[in-house]
Amino acid sequence: MKKASEIGHTVKAFDEDLGGLRALICEMGGMTEIALTSTLEALIHSNKELAAKIVENDKEIDALEMEAERVAMRIISLRAPLADDLRDVIAAMKISGILERMADYAKNIAKRVPILQNMVSIHPVPVLPVMGEMVSEMVRNVLDAYAARDPKKAFHVAEYDMEVDGLYNNLFRILLTYMMEDSGRISTCIHLMFIAKNLERIGDHATNIAEMVYFAATGKQMPERTRGKDLLASEDN
Amino acid sequence: MARKDCVIKSVPVYLSGLSLLALFIIAVSHVSVGWPILSVLMLIIVWGWWFKNISEATAPFSDTNNGSGFSDQPYPYFPATAADVIMAMDEPVLLVNDGQVEVANRAAENLLGMHIEGGDVRMAIRHPAAIRLLTEPLDNMSPVLLAGLGGLNRRWELYAYALNEEQRLILLRDQSTAHLTEQVRIDFVANTSHELRTPLATLSGFIETLEDDDVIKDRDTRHHFLGIMAREAKRMQNLVDDLMSLSRIEAGKFSLPNEIVVLSPLVAEIVSNIQASGQAKPSQITLKNQLSSDNIQGDRTEVTQLLYNIIGNALKYGRKDGQIMVNLENTDDHRIKLSIKDEGDGIPFHHIPRLTERFYRVDNSRSRALGGTGLGLAIVKQIVEHHRGELVIDSIAGKGTTVTVFLPTTDFFPD
Ligand SMILES: Nc1ncnc2c1ncn2[C@@H]1O[C@H](COP(=O)(O)OP(=O)(O)OP(=O)(O)O)[C@@H](O)[C@H]1O
Ligand SMILES: [Mg+2]
Repeated sequence: MKKASEIGHTVKAFDEDLGGLRALICEMGGMTEIALTSTLEALIHSNKELAAKIVENDKEIDALEMEAERVAMRIISLRAPLADDLRDVIAAMKISGILERMADYAKNIAKRVPILQNMVSIHPVPVLPVMGEMVSEMVRNVLDAYAARDPKKAFHVAEYDMEVDGLYNNLFRILLTYMMEDSGRISTCIHLMFIAKNLERIGDHATNIAEMVYFAATGKQMPERTRGKDLLASEDN
Repeated sequence: MARKDCVIKSVPVYLSGLSLLALFIIAVSHVSVGWPILSVLMLIIVWGWWFKNISEATAPFSDTNNGSGFSDQPYPYFPATAADVIMAMDEPVLLVNDGQVEVANRAAENLLGMHIEGGDVRMAIRHPAAIRLLTEPLDNMSPVLLAGLGGLNRRWELYAYALNEEQRLILLRDQSTAHLTEQVRIDFVANTSHELRTPLATLSGFIETLEDDDVIKDRDTRHHFLGIMAREAKRMQNLVDDLMSLSRIEAGKFSLPNEIVVLSPLVAEIVSNIQASGQAKPSQITLKNQLSSDNIQGDRTEVTQLLYNIIGNALKYGRKDGQIMVNLENTDDHRIKLSIKDEGDGIPFHHIPRLTERFYRVDNSRSRALGGTGLGLAIVKQIVEHHRGELVIDSIAGKGTTVTVFLPTTDFFPD
């Protein structure tokens, strides 16, 4: 990553900044991860207090995003990084934006927990927790891949996306039949559908991050994936 | 594994020995701090004393021992052996210096990734509470529970110790087994209550409706409702029966059943019962008996239950009117191989290991519609284990499923 033309001291200072930025992204990722897993727990156990805490904590994630952006801008303006390093900084900035949105989706789910509490149990819909587990695993793995700059792991995350989409469609079908059977369940099911949609979006975003990690590590676009290409293309300019 | 030249630096040995001793005492008085911490502390204390002796003995050389930039320090140093101690630990251990991972042992690298050494500690562990333990002042020693490190159902406790101003020792303790046991228990209670509540809700709903005089007058509606109520009551009955047999088998699983059961006539009897009851078409089940040695040491009721459950599944989840093959043969190692093969949709690969869990169903709504409790295969597994046998489930999606049970014959057990 170091340019031969740069002098020892500068390179060191620069690496520390970049390392700090990457660590900041990981920290933010950790908070997003917790937001997601706690949301799922709050949802499954109808835990209103936990849900409220998640909504509250979202502010911290927003603050970290601004911090990441600030550090990134500072690196760009002070160090004028080139090629690989520049790509790293920009990727970090984009990833922090995506993480912030993922946390927002988690917050949206958490907001529905108190509403769902007075409704019919979601126990009959075991697909939802399974989907939640799968999405959490995607998020965890993509953050691991980012920390380790591991393109193989990133690629596997993207593969999960299809399964999550499959589960989403499956859930959609199940919820439709529930609604047809009993119109009293319609509003519960609509809420559940939104939750599933939010989870599916989180999965999509994890895939987007995976594509960036892959690109940053290999310099190549992730094979056989059309979605997210535009993101990477804009990164090239 | 690239091990750095690492030193735990600039701690006067006396001080570190004393503070560690203090830590040790605090640790002992805190029940929540488990033995791994104690063992690490002990190791370090022992090693600290040992080194103190060594360094006193070799005092004139101690400065030249490590040629690093610490020679202006007035104290003797811990040389690279600090890393050796950490490396020798089986549990994941990290030495963190000013927020950077200075040493990670093999277990830590396996768990957290090969990239962690030399990097910011947040790249290794990103749980917010853990980050606090790693970077902020440690006012208490309560560990942080980390979920999902190294696998979905893994749980770790993270302990942090300040060795001096900059350096912290991080220890991860595997709590997965305890977590799993607890999870199984919680799930079991939750599932059982849920399974009982659903038919109960239906029942009380219909009872309320039947209290309405208009409904009582309408004979057809009343019959219809009573039919549903009978079905729900039956479902509850099944569930309670299944739970009872599960716990009965579980309670008796330590002693081998002591009856002699002749297997092939029993299988034949059950197959013809099922066919006579109309659950299967007349020639839907084919029984092929190739047994020469036929006696097992078993429990007749349990074996009957096992057969009803497996053949019942083959009928429920098999293709409509598809053939079911029941095969009996001897193996070379004095066991009977009983296999039941259907031509259904099969079971997706990743579900197979979980099928014998209580209440686990591949398609919840389908199993429920077919009147299943989700306990069938859990019971089968218990029965097989009681008989010191073995259960194998093979399935090809779209083709069908084969459930095979190996049961030891009487020859298998020396008397
Ligand atoms: N032969 C089979 N083909 C396809 N799926 C099967 C087969 N046997 C079992 N399964 C799947 O395994 C699940 C668990 O089976 P199990 O016998 O434990 O419960 P169940 O049949 O749902 O209820 P119960 O047997 O208690 O009435 C079933 O719900 C079904 O999805
Ligand atoms: Mg069954």
